Amino acid sequence: MSSKMQSSNNIAQARRTVQQLRVEANLERIKVSKASADLMHYCSEHAKYDPLLMGIPASENPFKDKKPCTIL
Amino acid sequence: MGEMEQMKKEAEALKTQIEAARKAAHDTDMASAASGVAPAPRVQLKTRRTLKGHLAKIYAMHWCTDNRLMVSASQDGKLLIWDSHTGNKVNAVPLKSSWVMTCAYAPSGNLVASGGLDNMCTVYNLKTPVIKTVKELDAHTGYLSCARFLSDTEILTSSGDTTCVLWDLETGKQKTVFLNHVGDCMCLSLSPDMNSFVSGACDSLAKLWDIRDGQCKQTFQGHTSDINAISFYPSGNAIITGSDDCTCKMYDIRADQEVISYQDAALNSGVTSLDLSASGRLIFAGYDDFNCNIWDSLKGEKVGVLSGHDNRVSCTGVPGDGMCVCTGSWDSFLKIWN
Repeated sequence: MSSKMQSSNNIAQARRTVQQLRVEANLERIKVSKASADLMHYCSEHAKYDPLLMGIPASENPFKDKKPCTIL
Repeated sequence: MGEMEQMKKEAEALKTQIEAARKAAHDTDMASAASGVAPAPRVQLKTRRTLKGHLAKIYAMHWCTDNRLMVSASQDGKLLIWDSHTGNKVNAVPLKSSWVMTCAYAPSGNLVASGGLDNMCTVYNLKTPVIKTVKELDAHTGYLSCARFLSDTEILTSSGDTTCVLWDLETGKQKTVFLNHVGDCMCLSLSPDMNSFVSGACDSLAKLWDIRDGQCKQTFQGHTSDINAISFYPSGNAIITGSDDCTCKMYDIRADQEVISYQDAALNSGVTSLDLSASGRLIFAGYDDFNCNIWDSLKGEKVGVLSGHDNRVSCTGVPGDGMCVCTGSWDSFLKIWN
C-alpha cells in the first residue's frame, strides 16, 4: 500500500471515530438516581413472578421428581 | 497532516465532553441507591437433572421459547436437543465442523443454528421428516461467537472478525453489517422490544446498536479485558456484562454508564456466561473456576453458588418462564437447577 493510500485510510478511520463520538456526545443522559429507582421498581413489581427468587412449591416444579417412598 | 491533527483534537474534546456528562449524571450508584432494599434471600438451588450425552466440551446452550426443549452444542461435533423435563434427547444434529462455539433456538421452535471456527452460521430445520440444513450463512471472515434468531426469517450473528451481522434467512444474504468494535465480538443480546441489541467484545467494550439503521448508539466502558457474556435486563433499560477481568457489570442505558460492579477479591477466574432470573434480581454467572455464582443485581452481593461441575462452566441459560437455570460445562454435562 502506498503511503498516500495508508494515510487516507487513517484519515477515513479518524473521521469515522469522530463521527461516532459526536453521536455519543449528543446523548441525553438521565441521573443514576432515577435509573436506579426505575430498576428497583421493576424488580419489586416483578419479584412475585420470579420462581427462582420466590422458590417453587414441589407440586408446581416440573423438574422435581415425584419418587414413590420406599418403606424399609 | 493538518486534518489528522484536527480530528485527533476533536476526538479528545468529545471524549472529555462525554466523560463530564456521565459524571454529571452520576449522583449515586446502584448499590447505594438500593441500600434500603431488603436483601435477596440466600439462594440454594438443587441439581434437578444432569443431562449426559455429549462426548466432549460443551460450548453453548439455548432454551426454546416453550421453556421445555433446549439445544446444546459440543465440540464432539453435535447439537443435541433435550426435553429438560424428562432429561431425554429428542434430536441429534451432526455438524459439518466440530469446532462449534454457539447455538441458538428460533422463537418458533422450528429452527436451530450453530457456528464456530468454520466462520459460518448454519441453520437447520427441525420440523422436516429428516433434519435438514436450510442455510449456510457464509460471509464472516472470523469465527462465529454467537447467533440469535429474531424470527424464522432473520438471525443476528457476532464474529471474531469484529463485526455483527443481521442476515435474511430467505436469501442467505447480509442485510446489515454492524461495524464499530475493534476487537473480536464475543457475545450479543437482543433487547426485549427487538429494536436493538448489545454486543460485547475483546476490546473490553459493550455497544448498543439500532437493528434497523445499523448504527452504534452507545458505547459502555469499564471492563479491563474481553467481554465474554452479555444480557439485557428484562426491563430493557440496563445490560449486564461478564468479562475475563473476573467481574460482571451492570450498565444503565439511559444513564449511559456503569452503575454497579459484581466482584469479589477471592474471585480470580474469568466470567464465561451469564443469564438473569425472570425479574432480573438474580444474576447467574458461570466462571472458569467450575462454579456458577449467583449475584443480587441491585445490591451487588453474592447470594449463592452452583457447584457441581468438574470443569469450566461455559454456558448458562434461564428459560423464558424463569423456572430453572441450566449450566453447561467443559465436563460434557448440562445441569438443571432450581
